[in-house]
Amino acid sequence: MNLKHLVSAADLNRMDAIELLDTTAEMAAVSERDVKKLPTLRGKTVVNLFYEDSTRTRVSFEVAEKRLSADVVNVSSKGSSVSKGESLKDTVQTLAAISADIVVMRHSSSGAAHTLANSDWFDGSVINAGDGTHEHPTQALLDAYTLRSRLFGAASGKGLDGVNVAIVGDIAHSRVARSNLFLLKTLGAQVHLIAPPTLLPKALGQQAASSFHNFDHAIDEHNFDAVMMLRVQSERMNAAFFPSEAEYAKLWGLNRERFERMNPGTLVMHPGPMNRGLEIDSFCADSPNSTVLDQVKNGVSARMAVLYHLVGNERNA
Amino acid sequence: MSVTLKNVTLPNGNTSNVSIDGEYITSVGHDEHCEILDCTGLVLLPGFVDLHTHLRQPGFEQSETVLTGSQAAAKGGYTAVHPMANTMPVADNAGVVEQVQRLGEEAGLVEVQPIGAVTVGLEGEKLSEMGSMHDSKARVTIFSDDGKCVSDALVMRRALAYVKTFDGVIAQHAQEPRLTQNAQMNDGAVSAELGLAGWPGVAEESIIARDIMLAELTGSRLHVCHVSTKGSIEQIRLGKARGVQVTAEVTPHHLLLTDELARTYDPVYKVNPPLRTQADVEALREALIDGTIDVIGTDHAPHPDEAKQCEWSNAAFGMLGLETAASIAQLVLIDSGKSSWERLAQVLSIVPAQISGLATQGQEIAAGSLANLTLIDPNARTTVVDGGASKSNNQPFRGMELPGRVTHTIFKGKFTVRDGVLTGKA
Repeated sequence: MNLKHLVSAADLNRMDAIELLDTTAEMAAVSERDVKKLPTLRGKTVVNLFYEDSTRTRVSFEVAEKRLSADVVNVSSKGSSVSKGESLKDTVQTLAAISADIVVMRHSSSGAAHTLANSDWFDGSVINAGDGTHEHPTQALLDAYTLRSRLFGAASGKGLDGVNVAIVGDIAHSRVARSNLFLLKTLGAQVHLIAPPTLLPKALGQQAASSFHNFDHAIDEHNFDAVMMLRVQSERMNAAFFPSEAEYAKLWGLNRERFERMNPGTLVMHPGPMNRGLEIDSFCADSPNSTVLDQVKNGVSARMAVLYHLVGNERNA
Repeated sequence: MSVTLKNVTLPNGNTSNVSIDGEYITSVGHDEHCEILDCTGLVLLPGFVDLHTHLRQPGFEQSETVLTGSQAAAKGGYTAVHPMANTMPVADNAGVVEQVQRLGEEAGLVEVQPIGAVTVGLEGEKLSEMGSMHDSKARVTIFSDDGKCVSDALVMRRALAYVKTFDGVIAQHAQEPRLTQNAQMNDGAVSAELGLAGWPGVAEESIIARDIMLAELTGSRLHVCHVSTKGSIEQIRLGKARGVQVTAEVTPHHLLLTDELARTYDPVYKVNPPLRTQADVEALREALIDGTIDVIGTDHAPHPDEAKQCEWSNAAFGMLGLETAASIAQLVLIDSGKSSWERLAQVLSIVPAQISGLATQGQEIAAGSLANLTLIDPNARTTVVDGGASKSNNQPFRGMELPGRVTHTIFKGKFTVRDGVLTGKA
């Protein structure tokens, strides 16, 4: 695999994606050991550059980096416009000057990781830990791994061919939805998008196997192997995307009634943090079909796999 | 200056000799003078007039000054530019427009005809003193809040009516603000994929439709800046068919570039209104050829590196345009085989001069006209390498090979550009 950066899930071809899932499985095994550590990143400096608050993703990356023996530096900074303070260019050049090897960046601006990876500001590797409303590729990898291991067990070398996945909620503003759409398709899955028309861009709907505005019709027409519920961000609630939280929950929330009309084995996924009672009710969130905690656990392994391959590439270079 | 442009091709295709003495053209057809400039193969056009320029002075001199902007204009074949009012302080009073005009005279490379703000501080609420700006030494006739839309329908109605006092024109930046909150690029397939907030065409089209009705109601003149969508052209076509006094402008970049370029996340392609789709580009080209669109306005918008070397959503809107406009006009009108040098002269010079009421610009190439002229070598091909004479570097055409080259620009009878090189003050 010739991977220098991980900016978009769309950059991964099928072979690379499957190899990353296989490596994730190996990394999961490491995390089961007494000594949960590999020397892969010994002597490497990884900077977690977080321009947006994110406890879950940052902690997941940090644990992954430490399990691979990296020296980890956390930099958080709210807001990033030139007017508010130091520019991204200056910040990253500073990190380059202190010989950082990998930058893991979360940023509120779509495309920020792409801009950084294609700039001459920093010649190390860039991992996109979420850019605006664009992508979150490591989330897609951990979701794909979660799906594969729950549906097929140890399935080294396999994709997700023929698997039916519904992504439900704020597709328009979700980086999780975009990355999952691209990666799941690459792996051979059928992706179905379900959202109110205000939150489902036509162009993304056209890339999916199908798209629905009515959740119940979608359940009637398809046998989903998994439903992935997206978090409703609070800033959407007062911006005329839908009338009220109650109506959203009623029409697009996953509740017990809808859950029981699906296949008994349908997995319930959520990238977290959940708004219980809004996009998902507690019955579903806490059911044995829920993969929410698996996803968190697999997040560490998937991020270890990405870091492992970035460094592997450096060795081959 | 005294020179004969020998064997020069006129816009109508005829070859002739054009002599200049002092500030004026003295004859067309005869050799007269001792200095002979061999113009074989060159096309002579009336000097270009830009209705939409950002010279950034006063206030944003790190981006451009009246002098550097005038230099870029001269190199692009321009003999007149209209700097927009969104400076700091805003050009919403006689003092600022006179200052800008004076800086233009000092630079001495092109006629600098300021545009005044429609509303105080571009705030869209209170009319600026347009009458005083018109009566000032700057003789302002075009008013625009460009950069912002005069979105309040009542203010727009009053502004249109008010400028009839002195046959003024309101140049509207058509952008419905609520439909474009935080908008970053064209709303469509590419924005959906890139996760950048979309700027839908209807935000432009709905304002144009409304303003055409208001221009009809008031019997006043409306000029629509930087038309960018196919739907806008339909609105303008309908308005013109009803006899409304509406003129429309297209930028060179909207005639050539599309929103696919946003995939690079390179903010050099971030502009307002945004780059649209190929279907829009083709419709704009047709509209320029058939006359629905009246002029090419560059919307030359210089920005310093720090405003462009950053994340897309933090970057400034705007791109350079003065030095590449003629080449793009040639590409669309001449090299396409669909139009003529006469049409190119209209859209780059004659009609913008008429809209602004500049008597000595866009004149016929004939004895007695002021010698504001541009010579183009249509067979040259130039690869754009940098921002040229502009103080800024936000050049979206970098690396592209464009047809034609401005070889000479003559402003009031003197070369401002000779063999592609700036000669200094005319």
